[in-house]
Amino acid sequence: MSATNQTTAAVEVSPVGQATPVPAEAAFTGPRRRSGAWLTQLLGNRKAAFGGLILLAFAAVAIFAPALAPYDPTEFVGRPHRPPSSEFRLGTTGSGQDMLSQLIYGTRISLGAGVIVGVATTVIGALVGLAAGYFRGRVDDFLSLLTNVMLIIPGLPLLVVLAAFLPAGFWTTVMVLIVAGWAWPARVLRSQTLSLREKDFVSSALVSGEGSWRIMLREILPNMMSIVAAGMFGAIIYAIGAQAALEFLGLGNPSAISWGTILYWAGNNAGLLVGAWWTFVPAGLCIALVAFAFALVNYAIDEITNPRLRSQRETNLALRRHRRQLGVSRATPVLRSAGQHRAAGD
Amino acid sequence: MNFILRRLGFYLVAAWASLTLNFFLPRFMPGDPATALFARMQGRIQAEQIQTMREAYGVSDDPLWQQYGAYLVNIFRGDFGVSISYFPTAVFDVVRSGFVWTIVLVGVSLVLSVLIGNILGVMGAWKRNGFVDSVLPPLLMFVGSFPFFFLASVALFFLSFEWGWFPLRHAYTDGLAPAWSWEFIRSVLYHLVLPAATSIVVAIGGWMLGMRNTMISTLAEDYVTMAEAKGLSQRRVMFNYAARNALLPNLTAFGMALGFVISGNLLVEIVFAYPGLGYQLLTAVNNLDYPLMQGLFLMITFAVLAANLVVDLLYVRLDPRVRAG
Repeated sequence: MSATNQTTAAVEVSPVGQATPVPAEAAFTGPRRRSGAWLTQLLGNRKAAFGGLILLAFAAVAIFAPALAPYDPTEFVGRPHRPPSSEFRLGTTGSGQDMLSQLIYGTRISLGAGVIVGVATTVIGALVGLAAGYFRGRVDDFLSLLTNVMLIIPGLPLLVVLAAFLPAGFWTTVMVLIVAGWAWPARVLRSQTLSLREKDFVSSALVSGEGSWRIMLREILPNMMSIVAAGMFGAIIYAIGAQAALEFLGLGNPSAISWGTILYWAGNNAGLLVGAWWTFVPAGLCIALVAFAFALVNYAIDEITNPRLRSQRETNLALRRHRRQLGVSRATPVLRSAGQHRAAGD
Repeated sequence: MNFILRRLGFYLVAAWASLTLNFFLPRFMPGDPATALFARMQGRIQAEQIQTMREAYGVSDDPLWQQYGAYLVNIFRGDFGVSISYFPTAVFDVVRSGFVWTIVLVGVSLVLSVLIGNILGVMGAWKRNGFVDSVLPPLLMFVGSFPFFFLASVALFFLSFEWGWFPLRHAYTDGLAPAWSWEFIRSVLYHLVLPAATSIVVAIGGWMLGMRNTMISTLAEDYVTMAEAKGLSQRRVMFNYAARNALLPNLTAFGMALGFVISGNLLVEIVFAYPGLGYQLLTAVNNLDYPLMQGLFLMITFAVLAANLVVDLLYVRLDPRVRAG
């Protein structure tokens, strides 16, 4: 799980089920608001736009890899551990392949695995969360127990044990990551479903005789789309990081080219200890950049859908426009003009 | 009391689930991994090692439920099998030797990152759009995006290898005998700085953002307004009224994050060749030491469950609502 996921944890969920803050979005976004509305808002947000741009760039690199890569990434084109030069823009690996080409091709597997795992865990998590939150009672007890058990078992050792017993390969890694990763979205979406379940539009759908799954998928799910999206981005961050970690440990397929295997080979060929920083810095930067971009989008979603954060931002904008400043006190917003404020002191 | 019993039941179920998973994994994986495993290890290990593996992986004629019962009894007695890479040392003893170092590393980095992160979060929420709130979150978010092991590699490369400020590997200077002497402790601390610092830097952002967000919700509560209206000092309102209550949801997040933090620290250990559980995990993976892998998985899981129980006990102590209900 990534740092951003912890954030959602603190606000959204209280595992004991006590003192759960009412999920903000449900209360403020009207139930029948068009689900696309927040998407337009998202595109107008600076953080989201910046993050989206980074992601688009990486996606383009992954798609057009053969056109962009100067060499065949598996071919031994130079002497090992050559520093960056005009011939090899990012130097060569410990066995003499072109680093830049490896990085470009690696985008495919790393991003691909990340997106597949992210989407799959979100879909499974949404189904489990919806079912648990909607049916409640026994179903909820069972599914919550399953979810919480999966959540509490530490990730990396579980991944290692699962991956070790299966033949190494792309789909093994993907499957293992899905098995270990669906619980988080399930938990977040369950608590969301629980609160949406109480809304009038669900009752009216029930009374008009809609089936359970229809209510879940057509009535409740569209109303928590932003949380589903945020969960999915979080899941993708988790997947890219965990995949790299597995490969770094040597549990991936070492002959496939991905950011994780680049790091694995950098470690194995002692790239670090011969001073070949270019064998591991670029791959790590790529992982971080992708994760950061997704985190930015998530941050923006939080800003847009959390009315408290949003109103704060709007108030600040308005205040700035009128060259005014809030008093020191948090609770009772007293407007003072900027000059006065300083004179007034604490 | 009821609450604690319920949680205890949950941890027992979780422990049982991981035990059962551990038991069935080698037995029910497609393509009979046990046999494939022996084929792969022919010539690499001695015949008697294979024999112990065979027994551990149920290449026996006993019915499954009997094997399962025997397995549970063994685990209960602390018998996790025999390690292959450290043959003939028992897995339990191997893991136990690494446990100390992982607890030192995880303990130090966790306590510091939670402490600093929460304080920064309180400050960020208190002065919205001040320095702490506008500069730190994006910065920490960016740093937090790096994989633990990558940041560790970079730190190792520049700070230890290039500039020689910190030791390259191990938990204390080679040749120094472990003792409660000042020299030994200083050596341990010196070796601890870089691994701990990397995992603190990665983890701090999550704590800060979590605290900041709950703190913002708490600041809108009536009792904070009341405290302000009473004319209490800003400091008092900030820590005794707002932060104290905002801490509760974060405490539960703490238990949940533990598994994540430990996973990250295992990778940091590998980079710094720190002799904890992570390093053993790498040894196990490299040597196809399946019993050690599984033993590590179980013992780390049990440790996380125990830590969560402690967090629950703390929760009861801190939140009177739980005690009453």
